[in-house]
Amino acid sequence: MAETKARAVRPLSPHLQIYRPMLTMVMSIVHRITGFGLYFGMILVAWWFIAAGGPNGYARFEWFIGSWIGRLILFGYTWALVHHMLGGIRHLIWDTGHGLGPNEREWLVAANLIGSIVITVILWIIGLLAMGGSS
Amino acid sequence: MSSSGTHIRTPLARVRGHGSAKSGTTHFWHQRVTAIAGVPLTIAAIIILIMLLGRNQAAAAQILGSPPIAIIMLLFLASTCIHMRIGMAVIIEDYVHDETAKLALLMANTFFTVVVGLSAAYGILKLSFGL
Repeated sequence: MAETKARAVRPLSPHLQIYRPMLTMVMSIVHRITGFGLYFGMILVAWWFIAAGGPNGYARFEWFIGSWIGRLILFGYTWALVHHMLGGIRHLIWDTGHGLGPNEREWLVAANLIGSIVITVILWIIGLLAMGGSS
Repeated sequence: MSSSGTHIRTPLARVRGHGSAKSGTTHFWHQRVTAIAGVPLTIAAIIILIMLLGRNQAAAAQILGSPPIAIIMLLFLASTCIHMRIGMAVIIEDYVHDETAKLALLMANTFFTVVVGLSAAYGILKLSFGL
């Protein structure tokens, strides 16, 4: 908190705009963007759980989540969850000092991206199969 | 602090030797604990949420209120909301440099994560206790 009044004008290190986008860099940004989006996605979860307490409230929620936009948001939310989760695992691996070589890190980010799509689709298949039971 | 010649000393030199605040790695560590806890909890939460689709309110309430699923969801909410609060604080600290705005946003961040987390947890507990 000790804010210095007179800050010396020192050169700043270059930022994002001077670098050519690379996969690792783009995925780092995507990790932050998905985290930011998921933060607000939790509102949807809270709405869902509270709405489940009564038929009227749940009818409103079902109308939303059953619409194409609601489904798209839910699919996007689950994809972002999976993507952010895999990104987190990637960072945990990097925290140990492993996987930082030129080929390994490229492989990790590619696995992150492809894995997020594959796992999201698999989870939806599992969830939808379980859904088919009753209802 | 030294008397007048503060302009000569760099900010780094001024704080050097005073010792750390002893809490530098707390957020780092908590973010990793909640990240690891979040892996199984998130997978479970996604499957449960998709399972709810197409079911009516009574069926959804029964699933969400059943003890194992309610406990998984409460753990998911707790872990995730702590993780969300730290993550958003980092984003705010990275991009908001105005001191007043930064403090206001950091406070709003805490309020948001507590309110959204407790609201969702209340919804689950209500179903689980059949109120």
